[in-house]
Amino acid sequence: MKCNRCISTARLVASVFGLLILAQQVGYAQDDTVSTELFTVNNTWMLVATFLVFIMHLGFASLESGLTQAKNTVNILFKNTAIVAIGLLTYAFVGFNLMYPGDFSLGQFFGFAGVGLDPGPEGNTIAYAGGAYTYWTDFIFQAMFAATAATIVSGAVAERIKLGSFLVFTTLYVAIIYPIAGSWKWGGGWLDQMGFYDFAGSTLVHSVGGWGALAGVIVLGPRLGKYVNGQVRAIAGHNMPLATIGVFLLWLGWFGFNGGSVLSADPELVSLVFVTTCLAAAAGIIGAMFTSWTVQKKPDLTMILNGSLAGLVGITAGADVVSVNASMIIGLIAGIIVVFSVLAIDRNHLDDPVGAISVHLVCGIWGTLAVGIFSADHSFTTQLIGVVSYGLISLPAAFIIFSALKSTVGLRVSEEEERGGLDVGEHGMESYNGI
Amino acid sequence: MKLITAIIKPHILDAVRDALSKAGIQGLTVTEARGFGRQKGHTEVYRGAEYSVDFVPKIKIELVVDEGQVDGVVSAITESARTGEIGDGKIFVSSIESAIRIRTGESGVAAL
Repeated sequence: MKCNRCISTARLVASVFGLLILAQQVGYAQDDTVSTELFTVNNTWMLVATFLVFIMHLGFASLESGLTQAKNTVNILFKNTAIVAIGLLTYAFVGFNLMYPGDFSLGQFFGFAGVGLDPGPEGNTIAYAGGAYTYWTDFIFQAMFAATAATIVSGAVAERIKLGSFLVFTTLYVAIIYPIAGSWKWGGGWLDQMGFYDFAGSTLVHSVGGWGALAGVIVLGPRLGKYVNGQVRAIAGHNMPLATIGVFLLWLGWFGFNGGSVLSADPELVSLVFVTTCLAAAAGIIGAMFTSWTVQKKPDLTMILNGSLAGLVGITAGADVVSVNASMIIGLIAGIIVVFSVLAIDRNHLDDPVGAISVHLVCGIWGTLAVGIFSADHSFTTQLIGVVSYGLISLPAAFIIFSALKSTVGLRVSEEEERGGLDVGEHGMESYNGI
Repeated sequence: MKLITAIIKPHILDAVRDALSKAGIQGLTVTEARGFGRQKGHTEVYRGAEYSVDFVPKIKIELVVDEGQVDGVVSAITESARTGEIGDGKIFVSSIESAIRIRTGESGVAAL
């Protein structure tokens, strides 16, 4: 079976609710525990969750466009569109079989189940995942996640990276690094065996993307005019309504990101995850609001937008195993952390136009560690080992790819192009035309 | 004929337009403009970093009138656009050599 992380849960749920339905509908069942009706319900929810995660890519595109300058908007939209395509295709080609190899060939670190997709004889029956979903659903849900890691990087390196070089990075990072690292936990690898817990990807998705973003920002350097004579200069985003729309789309998508990560339509778990996810986002906004209002001179919209995402990233690791009260604390702290992190990263002259490192890396780490703090069933030490392990594979890998690109084809557009904007420089078109 | 150019605060435009209508003005052109005068610019904050906005948003009104209307127009703008605070703007009056209505080809005061 491909996906190991929830089989037991799915079976348990399936048996409990399956029996209830079976009691009324004896004769429809094709399995001892799950009826075809429950199989259909589970699978349908997983497909709904899949398209919720899909809409997150529009959220990322909108947020990133809004928080950057008008002259780079075509470039940002182009990158975000290409990332989705690259993510889906590479995941179909190799990613899925690297992330869920079934059997590992190199310790519990690496396995590969072959090129392409093959549901096999039982892939689309109840037997595949205890009636939770089909092979095709499994693939497409996981594939939607894959591109997210590269999308996170896109925002951090915006307004100065060469399009071609970024797309090469995206392909390598999403096709190889993300799924191999992911197999350590979700594929049943060594961190899974150790008891490391990451429900929907605070570490596996968000911090992997965040480490990539950090490497990109270091190798690439800041935008022109961002740090002048040691002073931090503001390069204001050009469209706050677009940034806000992006955040709400991401929040909407997160119901699928986390809710789908239950990997069945288990009524209790899915609804609990909706509540913890939503309350963490709300608490993140409040945390960021008070922090930005007191630390900065004014309550900053972009900070509370980051705050909601910080809460969402923070709760993602433990959305199904922490209490509702704990989810609010996790979100609140994430919202506070994200503001300080954005300011600290800026003070260290790491130029991250959208706050991707703070939201996805810093709060991804926080959320993963928070599982060890707020869930009695998980160990803080094991969570820490997981966090560090993902840093040790993601950061060097991204650093090597970016550095190799820098010393060969080049990573950064010319100074003249950066000043004029990447829209005209890279694409020969503008985002806002006409009278 | 005189060209009257007024630089005013953006939010005061409706009041100025009403005042000019009452003064018998039949047409004017409005442009969104930016600039600074004695009030200089102001500072804004974005993600913790302050930056100065040197050019403040303004509205530029342009209208061409017969010489006899100049005093009425100037006082209508002055009274309607004044808040008494710094940054209320300025009015310039200059001479116009000729004016032509494109639709009919009329020229001079008849074209206004």
